[in-house]
Amino acid sequence: MSCERMESRILGYVDGRLKESERLELEKHLTECAPCCLRVNEFTAVSGLLDELPLIEPSPEFDTRVHARVAAEPESNASWWAWMHFSPRIAFAASMLLVMTLWLGYRTGTSPTPNIPNDDQAMMQDLPVLEDHDVLQNFEPLKDLPPGPEDDDADAQQPQRM
Amino acid sequence: MVRTDVQLMLDVKAGDGNSFELLLQRYRTPLVNFLYRMVRNREQAEDLAQEVFLRVYRAREDYVPSAKFTTWLFRIATNLALNSVRDNRYQKLEVSIDAPVSVDAEDGDERTMDVPEKHPNIEQHLVEDARRKMIRHAIDKLPEKQRAAVLLHKYEELDYAEIAKILNCSESALKSLLFRAYEALRVELAPLVAQHARH
Repeated sequence: MSCERMESRILGYVDGRLKESERLELEKHLTECAPCCLRVNEFTAVSGLLDELPLIEPSPEFDTRVHARVAAEPESNASWWAWMHFSPRIAFAASMLLVMTLWLGYRTGTSPTPNIPNDDQAMMQDLPVLEDHDVLQNFEPLKDLPPGPEDDDADAQQPQRM
Repeated sequence: MVRTDVQLMLDVKAGDGNSFELLLQRYRTPLVNFLYRMVRNREQAEDLAQEVFLRVYRAREDYVPSAKFTTWLFRIATNLALNSVRDNRYQKLEVSIDAPVSVDAEDGDERTMDVPEKHPNIEQHLVEDARRKMIRHAIDKLPEKQRAAVLLHKYEELDYAEIAKILNCSESALKSLLFRAYEALRVELAPLVAQHARH
């Protein structure tokens, strides 16, 4: 073992946390290396000095203060998101409902609405009717038919042609 | 049968207040001591320890036992302590322009500690008191991350993997950090180290 490798193991050795094989390897190095041996002794002394510091006890009011702070907390931090987290079926049903609502809304928004034609468009749409009207008016067999009641009315409203 | 920390925490999560009480009893002294050694002020250490327990309580519903409970607990404590130390340092820098903080003033809390009176001899007690002050002062002089590493390793006896997680570093980086910390302590405490080595 090199002195550099000692660096990562020396504290483990001092605290007795090394594996058996590591400890034996390190001890072998210590028999051959005086500076590392000195360092181990010094680190052991530092560790012993740190043990000299006494523990303190929390003040008698400590628990009371913790209880008071905990009591001031809301009963439950669970939001409805947390509730959904624990109810996947409800979360799924709610999601499907949302998707359906959006889909229906989309359908309604994009459905073909009756176009209100302007005057030119109305005229263009009526052109085939006018063509039919010309054909019917010039259709010879129809001229032989007796005039209908509508035609009589029309004649009655028109001034008599002599 | 003694319930593990994780079992207790899962019971807290299920709404059992008594389990929280057991965790409080189990960890209040280690936490207060760790925080006291970090921030060097007893009142502040107790406030921070209360904050740690409050955060544990608040996090109960999201608790998942993915790591050791102590790792989680001391991670909260260490983060709070490091923030507090940094805040205090800035405050002290502002104050020190007019009134430098003396070592005696920093150690004012020591008089309130419950140190058992083992030695009726006043002189011997004074010597031991001075010795403890020197040790505390050496720990205080460590950079805060080194200090946290030493305290978690030495007093809380957490393993390297846990401390590395708490300090958010690799295990090899932690070992290097600890080595440098012990080197600094060895230098700072040289007279006591020599004395200790002789015994």
